[in-house]
Amino acid sequence: MIPPKFEYVAPASLSEAAAFLAAHPGDAKLLAGGQSLIPVLKLRLASPGFLVDLGRIAGLSYIREEPASGGKPGAVAIGAMTTYAEIKQSALLREKCPLLQQTVAVVADVQVRNRGTLGGSLAHADPSADMPAAILALGGELKAVGPKGERWIAVGEYFQGMFATALAPDEVLTEIRVPVLTGQRSAYLKAARRATDFALVGVAVRLRVGKDEKCEEISIALTGVTDRAFRAAGVERALQGKRLEPKLIEQATADVVQGVNVMGNIHGGAEYRAQVARVYAARAIAAAK
Amino acid sequence: MHKISVKINGNAYEEEVESRLLLVHFLRDKVNLKGTHVGCDTGNCGACTVFLNGKPIKSCNMLAVQADGAELTTIEGLERDGALHPVQEAFLDKFAIQCGYCTPGMVLSALALLQSNRRPNEEEIREAIEGNICMCTGYQQIVDAVAHAADLMGQSRS
Ligand code: FES
Ligand code: FES
Repeated sequence: MIPPKFEYVAPASLSEAAAFLAAHPGDAKLLAGGQSLIPVLKLRLASPGFLVDLGRIAGLSYIREEPASGGKPGAVAIGAMTTYAEIKQSALLREKCPLLQQTVAVVADVQVRNRGTLGGSLAHADPSADMPAAILALGGELKAVGPKGERWIAVGEYFQGMFATALAPDEVLTEIRVPVLTGQRSAYLKAARRATDFALVGVAVRLRVGKDEKCEEISIALTGVTDRAFRAAGVERALQGKRLEPKLIEQATADVVQGVNVMGNIHGGAEYRAQVARVYAARAIAAAK
Repeated sequence: MHKISVKINGNAYEEEVESRLLLVHFLRDKVNLKGTHVGCDTGNCGACTVFLNGKPIKSCNMLAVQADGAELTTIEGLERDGALHPVQEAFLDKFAIQCGYCTPGMVLSALALLQSNRRPNEEEIREAIEGNICMCTGYQQIVDAVAHAADLMGQSRS
């Protein structure tokens, strides 16, 4: 399969990239690692006039700690062009935010993880991608740079629908900040048809259990279930402040898709997907605690 | 058209390429290195695996222009002075090849693993080749070959 014709541009700076997007509304697409975009082009599901490669802009690939300041808690800052492989190997993330590593471990395969980027996955916002669930469960914020400057978007407001995000057409996602997770436990559990596939259902959980065994804080996010990744707020409320006994987990996760328009396709009908979501949500919570 | 310069198996190349030319087609059709295969063309099978700056990637999932300035290694770059690389020897020794279509990608994925992990266990071997599909062997001989390659590479170092 050959991609449709397009012109390739490789800006040397972010401002140049944003200016190019602004000058070609609707006709330019950003290229990060290309592990989703190039297959999309080959299948001719999109045919932009221009591909704007972010790969030649220095300083978009890093993982570093940002100490707490000005009322903001400590965070790990990840450059948008950081690859899954770099996330997988990061000693800082292993210590401060293991959920991201637990998630990238089951993204695609070695070769794809060497090219695919966190920013690319989040900007693409595939409803079955793994990273959106992890990022949503973590909270934090995303930095967007546009012709008018930069702004921060709260993770909870970022995913807006199938392949749709809060990014404006002329904005570039440049950084993802996730809170440091000390004293928390986490898990990412994924059901997929084959080992390297997108998620049929993916569940990310982080939680903190107190001295009295009660759950002090819990955050659960799912992917693959509907048109975008979402937080299971009802389940979180049902478990908050309680001991995470198997019976209670089962009861609470029975409602995990309540109010959610569950999607069905050739990989799994809506009813099946809803059931997998319940079972995997319960297992993910049990795995994390 | 864009002018790109790449180093492939140690040799420098400069070529004019169209924006949409995939790296795998650049390697096969412009540079005439046919060892890199196109299996699925959808990013799933790993037959098109090459090293980009030392790391395995799928060359059907990358544009040739993106490789400008990079160093690439293809399966043709593994032999030395007419002698096969130990990983290639190991695939022969363990009958890890039937039709051979997946083999270039398998060998490169195996080599990538062995460069960072000299003594992988079976699980690590299976994880390292999870992006490579083989329609023939059922994988067991390939897993055996990678373990054998670890032995051969250990010997050739000592
Ligand atoms: S041909 Fe590239 S992954 Fe199959
Ligand atoms: S030997 Fe035929 S595909 Fe692997």
